[in-house]
Amino acid sequence: MVKYLLRRLLQLAVVAFIISVLVFLLVHLLPGDPATIILGPNDSPHNRAVLFKQLGLNKPLIQQYTTWLTSVFHGNLGESYLDHESVTHIISTGWPIDLELIIISQVIAFAVAIPLALVTSRRPNRPVDNVSTTGTFGMLALPPFVIAPIMVAIFAVGLHWFPATGYVPFTQDPATNLHDMILPSLAITAGSIAVYYRLFRSDLISTLQEDFITMARSKGLSSRWIMWRHAFRPSSFSLLAAAGVNIGALIAGTFIVEYLFALDGLGFSLVAAVNQRDYLVVQGITLVIAIAYVVLQFIIDFVFTVVDPRVTRE
Amino acid sequence: MPDDRELTGTHASGPLLTDQVPGLAAVDELVVSRQSETLDSDDILAKKPLGLLFWFALGWVSLVVILAILANVLPLPNPNFQNYTALNAAPSIHHLLGTDDLGRDLLSRLIYGARVSLIVGFGSVAMGMLIGGTLGLVSGYKGGRLDVSLNAGAFVLLAFPAIVAVIAIVAFWGQSLLKITIIIGVATIPILYRVVRASSLSFANRDFVVAARTLGATSSRIVFREILPNVVPVAVTFGLITVAGVIVIEGSLAFLGLSVPLPTASWGNMISEGASNGNLQTNPYIMIWPVVAMFLLLLSINLIGDRLRQRFDIREGLL
Amino acid sequence: MLRRGGAQTLEFPDVAAPGGHLLEVEDLHTAFRTGRGTVRAVDGVSFTVDRGKTLGIVGESGSGKTVLARSIMGLLPLHDVIRSGTVHFAGHDLTAMEPAQLRQVWGAELSMIFQDPMTALNPVKRIGRQITESLRLHLRMDRSEANATAIELLRQVGIPSPEERIRWYPFQLSGGMRQRVMIAIALACAPRLVMADEPTTGLDVTVQAQILDLLAELQRERHMAVILVTHDLGVVAGRADEILVMYAGRIVERAPTHTLFHDTHMPYTQALMDSIPRLADPSGTRLHAIAGRPPDLIHPPKGCRFAPRCPYVQDRCRESDPPLRTAGSPDHLFACWFPLVNGVSTAPSNGALPSAPPAAVAAAAEDVTNGSDASVGTDTAAPDTGGPTP
Repeated sequence: MVKYLLRRLLQLAVVAFIISVLVFLLVHLLPGDPATIILGPNDSPHNRAVLFKQLGLNKPLIQQYTTWLTSVFHGNLGESYLDHESVTHIISTGWPIDLELIIISQVIAFAVAIPLALVTSRRPNRPVDNVSTTGTFGMLALPPFVIAPIMVAIFAVGLHWFPATGYVPFTQDPATNLHDMILPSLAITAGSIAVYYRLFRSDLISTLQEDFITMARSKGLSSRWIMWRHAFRPSSFSLLAAAGVNIGALIAGTFIVEYLFALDGLGFSLVAAVNQRDYLVVQGITLVIAIAYVVLQFIIDFVFTVVDPRVTRE
Repeated sequence: MPDDRELTGTHASGPLLTDQVPGLAAVDELVVSRQSETLDSDDILAKKPLGLLFWFALGWVSLVVILAILANVLPLPNPNFQNYTALNAAPSIHHLLGTDDLGRDLLSRLIYGARVSLIVGFGSVAMGMLIGGTLGLVSGYKGGRLDVSLNAGAFVLLAFPAIVAVIAIVAFWGQSLLKITIIIGVATIPILYRVVRASSLSFANRDFVVAARTLGATSSRIVFREILPNVVPVAVTFGLITVAGVIVIEGSLAFLGLSVPLPTASWGNMISEGASNGNLQTNPYIMIWPVVAMFLLLLSINLIGDRLRQRFDIREGLL
Repeated sequence: MLRRGGAQTLEFPDVAAPGGHLLEVEDLHTAFRTGRGTVRAVDGVSFTVDRGKTLGIVGESGSGKTVLARSIMGLLPLHDVIRSGTVHFAGHDLTAMEPAQLRQVWGAELSMIFQDPMTALNPVKRIGRQITESLRLHLRMDRSEANATAIELLRQVGIPSPEERIRWYPFQLSGGMRQRVMIAIALACAPRLVMADEPTTGLDVTVQAQILDLLAELQRERHMAVILVTHDLGVVAGRADEILVMYAGRIVERAPTHTLFHDTHMPYTQALMDSIPRLADPSGTRLHAIAGRPPDLIHPPKGCRFAPRCPYVQDRCRESDPPLRTAGSPDHLFACWFPLVNGVSTAPSNGALPSAPPAAVAAAAEDVTNGSDASVGTDTAAPDTGGPTP
């Protein structure tokens, strides 16, 4: 099993590398450049050329890339062309926000979806099931950019229960931090709840019709035992896979929520950097995002080997 | 559950990137067809008659589509015309849904905005299905090096942070309906490729395909005559669900001003306008109408997709 | 012995039940409501089984035998099922029990061996756990005791290195091994009756024999009753004390094994025997298949259900349904207006039909029981049954 995991790790490292190359090419091939952004479009071409050279942008692309890559391995991600903030600093202040958003939203999503699915899969098409199904479809129809303003209007502006913006690091003040993060997390969580609930419920229903469930019944085991000890695990595989894909998409996808709630997360910084052609920031953040995605897939694979005994043994 | 091996099948083990990946394989499994064998599963998994909700959903989608197509012919005021005498007007005979803060008729903007959502939604999925679906169909059956390299490509594309690409390309190329459709279309290719490939693969080893091969059928004949008809239900169902997803993506982009540029109406930018400049207080209708319309459209599409999925007895796919 | 759980614990005295039988099934009906109508899968079945005996239930697919097995246990789907009749087991009425009480019976006193061990075993649970579950639930063993017992059970069913294999998963075992594990699970709590539903279908012929021998041996040791449900007459031939032949949800013939093979009364039973291919037949011998298909169980035909396919069918057969009755020997029941006697149909005007005593019957009977006479008369013995009655 260790060999298998090491192999996966290597594969995923390659992927991260490829992504870094692609993004590098993408931003460098865009029209416009940092020099123009910094000086403004009306400045003289001469000044622009000077700044261009100063920033090292006149070197061949491959050289720029390798220079960057080497400095990355030395721990230096460079700094923003615009305000000279170190990329490492941008990342280090940004990633806790994203991580927290993802953790909170996914915890809520699983905490709602799993029990609900366990209950409704036993009696499909009864009232509770139908209400849940319609409700979750409703959640799918309310994307973050729709839910967020509505929630802000009701809960922040209207009821003053939660703030519309603002962020305090967790290490500084956990209570306020969590309090402030509730609305943004809820904005994200709806879609996840819907996906997980429907998937898990559907798998549970299928599993409950398998022969081995009838056999378990014939052994005199109680319904609850059967649900938790026989049906849960085989039904969780696709849930796990879906979680991998969903969270993977969220890693970079939180940026709308960050924008709406004025959170200084990686997504928001990334978008701003692309708009400003802040190459080093873009490359640095993308590298981190790619690595995070890759690590996530790795974790999911690992959990799979634990949860499904057939994976490494066959 | 189909064996993981079935999905990577009898193909030669290729280079690093495409070795058996349980996570991804399980994801692909999600849409693979599962035969219902017993009488009981028929009843429990509810192959029940398409309910009232389904017809409502179908009705709403049809309504939106028809109105969008006929927009030019309908007696609607110009959606971009700013009528300074009727700013933030409440719904009335002249303006059935009211006007926004620039005096533009909301109903008109809503219908023209529907065009954007529908065209981007269906257009990009059509494109993705044409390219990604075909590749997946062939790749699932053929296997071998082609399959291995396509899988690798799909994995990398999926891992790529899409926003960067979209924003960059939009900045590079410009914002127009066609371009947005193409950009998002390209983004759907790896997803649709994976799903169709999984489905194709599940049929590739079935007896009826082997039988066709022994009868001397050529590969292309097998792919198009034997496998394709079986893959269509999965493809259509998942395609529909993807349309809903694309509408959300386009809405998000529009919300940020990255889709069709103002003043052209799209539901996303209408919602964005509705939520800004204190409009929620002064004239909530600006935001309410597009939210309701989008909500109902997404709900309807998902309901239809779900009923189709039940009909064809497909395992729950990614939404 | 006391059992755990539930509001009321059940006692299972060692004394036989009221009628003196371990299992008494009376007029059991089981029907399923479907979109197309109500399918009457089991349509009035009655029989008894005693301790230590083996009953074989034979029928083709769709005869209702599997539904019967599950219905007796009460292991039916929860919705859209109509069941009537009574099932008495060791003095208790299973049909009148609450689910909680049934759970005390299942696994502990009455257990089932399922047909396909690949799907009937939980693929992601170790086989040891699947055995110890029952032990810990019904016999209240603690973990180490249960493990030790499980290892012993695996050894008894012939699985090598049980201490190791107890931690294995089903997919790591071969088909025959998996079936042995199923037997171990079914027998874990020493039930009094084991229902074996097609226990050997899908296994190699040699493995089949091993499994059946194993079952028979364990049965002898524990003085268990066994019900063998199968479509294969060969399976029950040497191993059942009594055989029930089912067709279209009903019992059409019931007799002790020897009698069934030597003195078959039902044309259907005879046809079943005929259809067994014999190694001794010269190559090129055509297979005897029974023409036609089982009847629609939603709207069963008016008369005898086998009439459309019976080679000896008469008008009477199509008109009225023959009752299950005896003639002569009380333990031989059959449902036919014109039963076979000594291999010959008692139906009038059967000249054109091939009614010569099938060599297969005599030969099969010979294989089955040692030293019995293989002579089968061809045109003797006036029928004392059948024939038109007013």
